[in-house]
Amino acid sequence: MSIKPTLLLLISLLFLIVILVVFFITTQDVALLNPKGYIAQKQFELIKFAVFLGLFIIIPVFSLTFFTVWKYREENKDKNFFPSFGNDSKMQVIFWLIPLIIILVLTIITWKYTHLLDPFKSVASEKPPIVIQVVALRWKWLFIYPEQGIASVNFVQFPKKTPVQFKLTADEAPMNSFWIPKLGGQMYAMTGMQTQLNLIADSREEFSGSAAEISGAGFGKMRFTAKSSTEEDFEKWVNETRSLGKELTQYEYDKLLKPSEGNPVEYFSIYDDLYNVILAKYQPQNGSQINHYNHTNY
Amino acid sequence: MEDLFGKLTLQALPHEWFTIGGAISMTAGGLGAILLLTYLKRWKWLWTEWLTSTDPKKIGVMYITVAVFMLFRGVLDAVLLWLHQVLAGGGQGYLTADHFQQISTAHGVIMVFFVAMGLLFGLMNIIVPLQIGARDLAFPFLNSLGFWLYVAGAILINIFFVFGGEFAATGWLAIAPLSGLEFSPGVGVDYWIWSLQISGLGTLIGGINFIVTILKMRAPGMTLMRMPLFVWTTLCSMILVVSVFPILTMTIILLNLDRLLGMHFFTTGFGGNPMMYTNLIWMWGHPEVYILILPAFGIYSEIVATFSGKRLFGYTTAVVAVVAVTLLSTLVWLHHFFTMGADANVNAFFGIMTMIIAIPTGAQIFNWIATMYKGKIRLTTPMLWFLGFVATFTFGGMAGVMLAIPPIDYQVHNSLFLVAHFHTMAIGGALFGLFAGISYWFPKVFGFKLNEKLGQYAFWCWLVGFFTSFVPLYILGFMGVTRRLDTYDPSTGWQFLFLISLLGAGIIALGIGFQLLQIAVSILKRKENQNTTGDPWDGRTLEWSTSSPPPSYSFAVIPTVDDRDAFWTMKQAGKPISKPIFVDIHAPKNTASGIYISAFALIIGFSLVWHIFWLTVLGFLGVIITVIVRTFNDDTEYTISASEIAKNEEKRGIYG
Ligand code: HEM
Ligand SMILES: [Cu+2]
Repeated sequence: MSIKPTLLLLISLLFLIVILVVFFITTQDVALLNPKGYIAQKQFELIKFAVFLGLFIIIPVFSLTFFTVWKYREENKDKNFFPSFGNDSKMQVIFWLIPLIIILVLTIITWKYTHLLDPFKSVASEKPPIVIQVVALRWKWLFIYPEQGIASVNFVQFPKKTPVQFKLTADEAPMNSFWIPKLGGQMYAMTGMQTQLNLIADSREEFSGSAAEISGAGFGKMRFTAKSSTEEDFEKWVNETRSLGKELTQYEYDKLLKPSEGNPVEYFSIYDDLYNVILAKYQPQNGSQINHYNHTNY
Repeated sequence: MEDLFGKLTLQALPHEWFTIGGAISMTAGGLGAILLLTYLKRWKWLWTEWLTSTDPKKIGVMYITVAVFMLFRGVLDAVLLWLHQVLAGGGQGYLTADHFQQISTAHGVIMVFFVAMGLLFGLMNIIVPLQIGARDLAFPFLNSLGFWLYVAGAILINIFFVFGGEFAATGWLAIAPLSGLEFSPGVGVDYWIWSLQISGLGTLIGGINFIVTILKMRAPGMTLMRMPLFVWTTLCSMILVVSVFPILTMTIILLNLDRLLGMHFFTTGFGGNPMMYTNLIWMWGHPEVYILILPAFGIYSEIVATFSGKRLFGYTTAVVAVVAVTLLSTLVWLHHFFTMGADANVNAFFGIMTMIIAIPTGAQIFNWIATMYKGKIRLTTPMLWFLGFVATFTFGGMAGVMLAIPPIDYQVHNSLFLVAHFHTMAIGGALFGLFAGISYWFPKVFGFKLNEKLGQYAFWCWLVGFFTSFVPLYILGFMGVTRRLDTYDPSTGWQFLFLISLLGAGIIALGIGFQLLQIAVSILKRKENQNTTGDPWDGRTLEWSTSSPPPSYSFAVIPTVDDRDAFWTMKQAGKPISKPIFVDIHAPKNTASGIYISAFALIIGFSLVWHIFWLTVLGFLGVIITVIVRTFNDDTEYTISASEIAKNEEKRGIYG
């Protein structure tokens, strides 16, 4: 294939892709590009910034490559072939400097933002954070509200504009990863460990959340809804749940421990500090872990 | 009787459509091959000319052949997955979650361990000795053994279709504790363990072999700083192999101890620590991706220099870049799990280390452009693959740098954005490079060029197909779609993008079709593209100084090197080559020991999967006895007489 049609094809292909992509992401609800909370918002800004810097490298590389190929292709008679050109040290310095500078900028940004957006850090706000304990089970998410005395499965609600502090662990389940794309992400949930993810929602909305790490057959359906509501709505929901939900007894919890796929939403009132009981189960000095492989027996 | 076969019972035989399908097609293919060979009376030829050969050029061809078959399997897996994901958007796909996850695990494992590594070792075997002016690798027998261990691993990863019908459903790295007995009680993970363990051993042996070869067997005058860049990158890649494959081996051993003997290295309870597994597997896993990409950098460097008719620009900085990437790649593994809850300082450190890799990489891309600058660029198929690489790799690199910024990674970790990133790097970077290398060196191995036109069609299909199938994945990742998802709600609106992506896979399949056609047509019309000089591209490095295909001894006389681009300088000097005095050459004899040892290794692996321990013992005995017999065999070389060589070399008519 000669070079002219090839180049035309390439350029039009590139344009086509760019147009299609831009059209798509502007007309569709692309989660990461429509952040609904401070954390996701900052992360989105970082994404924009990184893409912008990346273009600083991509555009020169693309244009230089295609210009060079075009100009020095064999068929082009009016160029000067200069085979001994090969050790221009000035050029070499520039070649290292360009990526170096870009990465230097990114390094500073990375250091700053990694500390700023540390998932373990509460989101700054006048309101105190609401603590929600999250347990990854097979294959559902259990949300425990220690202060409110309730728990729910595959559904989590919290007031908007209030920092939410998710404390994550897992029970009798493989590692998982907790993710609400529109609010910010992601943190592993692991047995015997406690991790944290601090998020905040700006508006009233229902967000979809997922389990991002493969964890067995039911993992694809291990989704949950995260609802941010007004303060009053939240209070109302808590009260309803406390009075209407069944009590999360050991018996009920054991039922939850059994693997299930696409578990429906459930509501509970809780009886004691279940979350810490779960965490303690995996401490080596704790005898109760002996039971933990055959929980189904009792 | 029960105990005799361990866990292997009649239920383990295929009874589901996909295992039955696999079993039937494998048996049919095998039977077909056997019948064909018998009919053509080619058994003896196959055994003596190929299977037992210790000639790296032949072992290389065998590596590539096996890798290509594995590529078919891997692509088939990919299409099954994609099709399922498209259909899942309508509510229900046709695979169960478990099947889906098994196939996606198999796809990843096959592509990395058996396709990319196979093609890579194939090319290195063929080209590295030729480029350094050596007749063979340092340890020809070990080379054969390494290849056959790779084959044993490849067999083990396929026979689950017949025995057990189950592969690991854990993701390609069998992440713990999911891969432990508690959550994966079946034999799938054991198949994963043993096929990687056996082929990994082969890789390690190969790594040592190449390092010794490159350090010890270069032609006189070829200093380190005169080595072609492919040799440099091979050296660095193999140093990584030797540094990190032992980590993989140990990690898998520990996982296996958990599963076989009920230990608790990576289990959730009893003091086990799954996070340790995550660390260990990525300490190997990240360098592994550089093991794949570095030699591709080398291939591109050779191709750009040759087809621009110029020396590689900035050779010294290129070497520095490659070495820097090698060192840095061992210091970044934590970027695969920024989300495991490490301290902000730790995350930031590893993020920054990761981004630093982009500096030498970026500089190297500029070096290639400068190599083309003021050159005389011939846009052959290998060159097109290189240009395709530039287009895809810079995108993938940008995505990689984004992933290296921890707060961004929190948002796209484990999403399809990540999947798109590494496919961009692995396909657009490593695989394109291997294809470039194959079309570049094909005439060296077979004496005729591949059909250019079909090669270019194949390239365009791959490039367009690649973007069509992976740009949607970047977007899907931004939409919050996680990887390995077997089911999703139709209301999400993801189906459309999955469909486009599948379309792209179709275009890639078309590209593969063109590649097959290209090979067939090139063989049929080989007279037209024949190359008698041994130097079809006006090459620069020593491999082009031999005839195509090279004789079994490669070099009648070991060349003396006095500059970089050794063959090019010889050609420039233009003095007629005076007829040398030929001497006898000692060459390694064929050996079947590698085949036997690997067969026993296969038996060991298989018996450990099924807990048939008496068979394990027999397997080990077999290995030990074969090794002992081989050790006491002093008669491992034969002599190619000087007169034979003289007769052979006269035919080339290159001596003035
Ligand atoms: C500029 C260079 C690169 C950078 C900065 C980079 C960065 C990253 C990061 C940060 C991740 C982890 C993302 C996550 O799990 O959330 C990642 C994953 C990955 N990268 Fe790269 N990468 C680069 C080059 C490459 C190359 C050359 C290859 C392969 C040939 C590659 C293959 C992969 C693979 C296979 C994974 C993910 C594997 C998995 O999770 O299953 N990367 N990369
Ligand atoms: Cu990595």
